Amino acid sequence: MDKKFTMHVDVDAFLPASDKEKEYMVQMRPSSTFFKDGVKRLLKNRVATISFIIIVLITLASIIIPMFWPYSYDSMLGVRPGRPVDPSYNNLQPFSYGRTELKKIEAGEKVFPHVFGTDSAGRDYFIRVVYGTRISLAVGFFASIIVLIIGMTVGSIAGYCGGKVDLIIMRIVDIIYSLPDMLLVILLASVLKMTLGPALAGTALEKIGSNIISLFIVFGVLYWVSMSRLIRGQILSLREQEYVLAARAAGAKGSWVIRKHLLPNCISVVIISTALQIPNAIFTESYLSFLGLGVNAPMPSLGSLASDALNGLSSYPFRMVIPAVVISLIVLSLNLFGDGLRDAFDPKLRN
Amino acid sequence: MSPKTLKYILKRIGLAILTVWVVITVTFFVMHAVPGGPFMSEKAVSPAAQAALEAKYGLDKPLLEQYFTYLKDVVTRFDFGPSLKQRGRMVIDIIRDGMKTSVKLGVVAACMAGIVGIVLGAVAALRRNKIIDKIIMVITTAFVSMPSFIMGSLLLALFAIHWAILPANGSTSKGLILPIITLALYPMAYITRLTRSSMLDVLGQDYIRTAKAKGVSGVKIIFGHALKNSLIPVITYFGPMLAYIVTGSLVVEQIFAVPGIGRAFVSSITNRDYPMVMGTTIVLAVLIVVMNLISDIMYKIIDPRINLE
Repeated sequence: MDKKFTMHVDVDAFLPASDKEKEYMVQMRPSSTFFKDGVKRLLKNRVATISFIIIVLITLASIIIPMFWPYSYDSMLGVRPGRPVDPSYNNLQPFSYGRTELKKIEAGEKVFPHVFGTDSAGRDYFIRVVYGTRISLAVGFFASIIVLIIGMTVGSIAGYCGGKVDLIIMRIVDIIYSLPDMLLVILLASVLKMTLGPALAGTALEKIGSNIISLFIVFGVLYWVSMSRLIRGQILSLREQEYVLAARAAGAKGSWVIRKHLLPNCISVVIISTALQIPNAIFTESYLSFLGLGVNAPMPSLGSLASDALNGLSSYPFRMVIPAVVISLIVLSLNLFGDGLRDAFDPKLRN
Repeated sequence: MSPKTLKYILKRIGLAILTVWVVITVTFFVMHAVPGGPFMSEKAVSPAAQAALEAKYGLDKPLLEQYFTYLKDVVTRFDFGPSLKQRGRMVIDIIRDGMKTSVKLGVVAACMAGIVGIVLGAVAALRRNKIIDKIIMVITTAFVSMPSFIMGSLLLALFAIHWAILPANGSTSKGLILPIITLALYPMAYITRLTRSSMLDVLGQDYIRTAKAKGVSGVKIIFGHALKNSLIPVITYFGPMLAYIVTGSLVVEQIFAVPGIGRAFVSSITNRDYPMVMGTTIVLAVLIVVMNLISDIMYKIIDPRINLE
């Protein structure tokens, strides 16, 4: 058959593929999603995995232990209604007992041990440390969420709108960013402490305590700026990426581009910086507690426990060491885990 | 200096001035938002005496007028008014007294952190992945994740109480050793890590390879070529380090009873000495803003490769 130009389609090119040809198309392994990939990389990072396990253990312990521990964080063991205060319960060494407890033990009863002893007001120190850990973790977590929400909203507004809105928002961000944050945190915390106390009396928020609320307000006012800068930058640069253009050229709709291209790329950065924000918040909370501007007494936080321990440092050094170790462990493992998250989910940042 | 650099510097100065103004304004209005005003804590004051006190301190005037008077006094004469709790003393005098000790403390701590940090960082980078590098990295990681008040308390417990080799009270110059170490450890650890990573970065550059190929000795490469360039990121840390030292000194001076501005600030918060709180906040804020400004400008001038946008 002589070859000549026809408008007819070459039918041979459309035959079903042979088995040999099909072999080339077989997937060697199932395709991996972005998330799966990241988790795999994260699990390979031994330091990050161990840090994560430590964080989970500490968190679970701080939630579960108060459920069955026989002592509560604010009950003074030496104080019984209708009787004089029993000073033998104050400042107990670890695993020692108060006077009435010793009697019970002699009588053959079992008394739950004071693992870390008691503090100067006769409160079981172990449960106070556990409770303090819980408070510190909760403050860190919620403060980061507040920062995340405000920062994300403002940052994405600035990034999407651009133009004048962006300019004004970014100038405000610049100024807040160059403010000495810690000084203003102290100032705001000390003023809010006095202002919020009476305002909250009688409401549901009173139980949380005016100091923690003012801490959240301070975080909401001052710490969102770096998050919003980050997200604005992400959105601005992602909008101009070639793959977004390619997707648009291929006919993708706006919602598809946002869901499949912008969000997944943004979210890793958001999660990472939120994770790195938590230790920061815990640091700030403990710092303020140490200055007497943290949680309301008798509620303990790791910072206020350390601050209280300073008075009896020479006689009871372990009361300082225990919260110190816990807080350093939490901050260290959160930082290492955050670094691991960054390495795993944001390969662009790796060097 | 190119016009672009000049423009950048002017812009940065403008932002710094704006920041200082925001600090003064925020401080003023936040302090005046406290219900009852500054004399509320003194309960046994008759209405007449209260009015007299308010008239004396100008608190009976409208808030905006008070604000502009305050702003004028602060900007033109560094006058923060009299202290409410330390009768007969001006806030600026108390600040000046406290500054003498605090500046000594801060400058020595900063120098120590810088020198030790750079040396350790360089050593770690040169012995990369060797045992000494690993030891340095583990120790600095631990220091970076320890709040200054815990570091201070632990040092106090060990050196002043357990071994009793250094005084716990920071009012003598020997007593300043522990507070200085406490303040220096965190920035030292940070600078070590910063120097290490930037040194590793520089050591991978082409010009280092060229120098090696030319047969330049190892010591000369490090001190002649690598160190100078790897210190550029360290300069950017200069501003944040000062901010850290200023805020860190608040608790460190508290722990070691150092008669500095940090302790004065904390006690003025607890006994509600409003003019003192405002004055100290403003002075410390100006200090931090100015130092940030200097470190930013230095950074841009030293490294001409940096894009000013």
